Formats: sequence, structure tokens, C-alpha cells
Amino acid sequence: MPDKVKTKMIRVHIMGKEHLVPEGLTIMKAMEYAGYRFIRGAGCRAGFCGACGTVYRLKGDYKLYFELACQSAAIDGMSLTQLPFVPANKATYTVRLIKETGNPILKFYPEVARCVSCNTCTKACPQQLEVMDYIQAALKNDIEKAAKLSFDCIQCGLCAIRCPAEIAQYHVGQLARRVYGKFVKKSNQLNKRLNETNKGKFNSELDELMKMDKAAIKQKYTERDLESLAKKK
Amino acid sequence: MKIPYYPGCTLKAQGLGFETSAIASAKAVDIEMMELQRWNCCGTVFSLASDDLMHYIAPIRNFIRVQEAGYDKVVTLCSMCYNTMKRANLLVKNDSEKLKTLNDFMYREEDYKGNVEIVHLLELLRDEIGFETISKKVIRKFNELKVAPYYGCMLTRPKEVGIDDWEEPQIMENLITALGAEVVDDPMRGECCGAYHTVNSKDLVAERTRMIVTSAKNRGADIIVLSCPLCEFNLGTRQKDTIEIYSDFSGIPVLYFTQLMALALGMGKEVCRFDLHYVDPRPLLIEKGIIEEGEEKNAR
Repeated sequence: MPDKVKTKMIRVHIMGKEHLVPEGLTIMKAMEYAGYRFIRGAGCRAGFCGACGTVYRLKGDYKLYFELACQSAAIDGMSLTQLPFVPANKATYTVRLIKETGNPILKFYPEVARCVSCNTCTKACPQQLEVMDYIQAALKNDIEKAAKLSFDCIQCGLCAIRCPAEIAQYHVGQLARRVYGKFVKKSNQLNKRLNETNKGKFNSELDELMKMDKAAIKQKYTERDLESLAKKK
Repeated sequence: MKIPYYPGCTLKAQGLGFETSAIASAKAVDIEMMELQRWNCCGTVFSLASDDLMHYIAPIRNFIRVQEAGYDKVVTLCSMCYNTMKRANLLVKNDSEKLKTLNDFMYREEDYKGNVEIVHLLELLRDEIGFETISKKVIRKFNELKVAPYYGCMLTRPKEVGIDDWEEPQIMENLITALGAEVVDDPMRGECCGAYHTVNSKDLVAERTRMIVTSAKNRGADIIVLSCPLCEFNLGTRQKDTIEIYSDFSGIPVLYFTQLMALALGMGKEVCRFDLHYVDPRPLLIEKGIIEEGEEKNAR
């Protein structure tokens, strides 16, 4: 009789309730195995959308850990909950009207000045960003540094829920990147492409699409050849 | 000499001319100020609640940065940063238990050992370079420019962190004399400018500004020099609000001591950023023959 492959089961506590799940699953898969169905708290399942922020502790360890449920394996003895959404006010601004003088970030997010440099935000970042450093860069008007350090932010908001100064770091980083794009680093490629577009380079292809019926568009989509497109580059 | 330099946030925005004039002047007297890597806000104000450790994290983290860079001394310019950091440093140097709590909290950093010293640029100029040496490097004549030094609160108080006698400070007076300008003795030099009341009570600050600036002016001062971006804002920019309330008030320019120093050492137009001051000092400096007309156009 052939040996049966026996899957090792581990114990995870999901919102206080114990479940036995197979070892090696992501936190997200483990939750689904345990019977949860995601309506919120799951998006791209590939570590980009930031919808599945998860907070957990391990047995015998006082520290709080933060991960994306779709990117991190379930660990035996872990106690977890998801934080699919973080309430945080996003400032309303029109990027083209933002002025370069003074510190544009402090204008929209004056609470940045409340930062006590405790670094708790950095510890909460599942992307391992230096969150405190980009907030401090924003405070000292170093837009470039704030933009670059926050570049890989996926807007999960875990930083904002941990901050004792009640700053919404991820919104601040987003503003920094927008201001950086506007004032600090002017992209030559963007201007080039805008010129091409204005001169009508893509008009004929668009016109062709507009004339097609639904079925033809569907067929074109199914038959699209991504590899040759990639080769063209 | 080479020394790590802690700028503070305001010197990277409104107080830009303070930083650029300081770095250039310091270089002229052989001090190379190297900006500290990954510095954060100083904490902005020293917390007086003895159990409020959260507000000591910021200054102590900066001392860890100095320690990491392999130095035991750091220089700063802003009076508020100087005061906040020096007091936090003193607190943990005298209280190993609090230092341990802070180090434990910042477990991702190396432990702060309490061996870093923070000094104000004025102290470096007095103690390491010497005002006599500075006076020998003076190029530009000030033509009897009368200067009132203003200390405010943070440079001299409390006594244990003061850079000079808290009642009768002489450090700025001696620098001004060494630079070849005339010192105006002003009893208001240690009064508070109104500090953060500027946010909620403009009127209160306007009253302070009227009192302090008028006192200097009545004693013949052409300009006031100081070492704090918040004092500069209150005594300078708030002159606009002061005139609105006190119609008989008329102001004088308010500059950083480093701008006076840069001018004396032959620099100015490229490092002083006079354009960032509400009361433009350039007409006065031209009238006194200190800078030439047209020279200020290159200020930016």
C-alpha cells in the first residue's frame, strides 16, 4: 500500500477562533480554508493592491507583526485579524494648483509636524518601507526623498492605524510623489508622449477601434498577442 | 575642523538663508559642517512632563545618528533645536533608567550611550575658532551699522543648557564687534518673542514684536540679529500684523547672525537669501554702502 502524503496541520487563531489549516498556505488561503469568504480584504492576490493588510502576534512573543495576507505564509500558533480598510482623511487638492513655495505637504497635512519620530509606522509597513524617514523628509521639505522612499507604498494604511501622532502616512507619501512629479522631476518621456498624442499619432488606431462592433472587439482582445508586443519594445 | 551638522526642519524651508549663510561663513573660518544623515525633527519643544518619554525619542534618535557616524559632537543653528536636543540629552545623561527605556523602545537602533555633545554654532565660533581669528578674516566694512542682538529664550535658558550667562550674555555682542559692526545694548534681547502663540494669538505676538523691535530701534539699531527661525518669523514677518494694530509702529530688518557674518566675510548675495525676509534688508544695506545696488539681484 503506497504511503499517503500526510499534510501537516497548523493551528491559527483567526479573530480569536482556533482553526486547523494545512501548513504552507498563505494567510489568505488559510482563512479561506477555514471557511471565510472574502468580500472585502482581498483584491489582486499578488501583493500590489494593498487590500489585505493583516495584523498578527505569535505565541510567546509580545511583538505585533504586519503582513499582506496574500503574500505571507500562515504560521503555527499565530493570532491574526485583517484590517481591510483604514479610516483616514485624504486632503482634497488640485495638483496643477499646488504652489512650489513653502512646504506644500504641510499645507495639506499639517499633522505631519506632530511626528515624534517613534518609528512605529516603519515597524507596521508590510512593504518594509522606511515610513518614518519619508514622513520626516516631507516635514523638512525634501520632496524628492519623501517621494522616493515612499515609492513602493501600496496604500494599505497599516502605518496610519499605528501612528501615535495620528498621521495618515500613506496619503502624505502619495502627495509627495505627485508634487515630485510636478515640480522636482519633470519627465522628458511624458512630454515626448504628450507631443506625439497631440500630433495625432494614435488617432488612426483609435478610430479603427471605434468603428468595430462588440464582437469584433472581443475577438481582437482574445487574439491579442502579448509576446510579440513585448518583443516590439 | 569637521563636524556633523543638525539643520532642523525650518532651515530647509523658510529659514533657508540661515543655513546657507551659516555653512558658507563657517567654511570661511575653517569649520566644515557636514549634514547629518537621516536626521529627524528635534522634537520641537522640550517636554516638561518627566514621564513623557515619547517626546524624547526624536532628539535621542538624532544623537544615535551622530554616534553611528562616529562622532561625539554635533553642531546646530536653530535656537529651538539646540535647546530641545540639549535638554533631552542632559536628561538621559543624568537618568540611566530613562535612557534604557528609550533604548529598549528603539530596539531597531543601536543603543545611545549618552556620549554625544550638542553645541550651537556661536559656541564653536567662540570656543574653537575665537572671535579674534574671525575678526582678522573680515573683508567687508559695515560703515557703522548698528546691530541689536536678540537672544530670546532658548539660547540662554535654562541656565544648565545656556550658551552664555542667562542674565548678561555677551556671545553675540562679541561676535558683532569682531565682525566690525556696532553693538546696540538692548534690555529686550532676552524677552520672549511670543513663540507658538503666533499660531492662535497673532495679537499677543504683535504686542511682543512692537515692544522688542521698538526698543531696539529707539536705541539706534539699524537691524536686529538672532538665531531662531521662530523668533525671526515673530519679530520679522509679524511686523506686518503689528503695523495693522499699532499704526505708529515702524519696523527694522531682522536677520540671522550668520547673514551678518557672511556679509562681513565678503559673501552675501549668493548665500544670504534676503528675499525670504518680510522686511527686506537690502535697501538699508545699499544705503549704508554695505552691498552695491544691483548686487542684490543675484541674491537668488
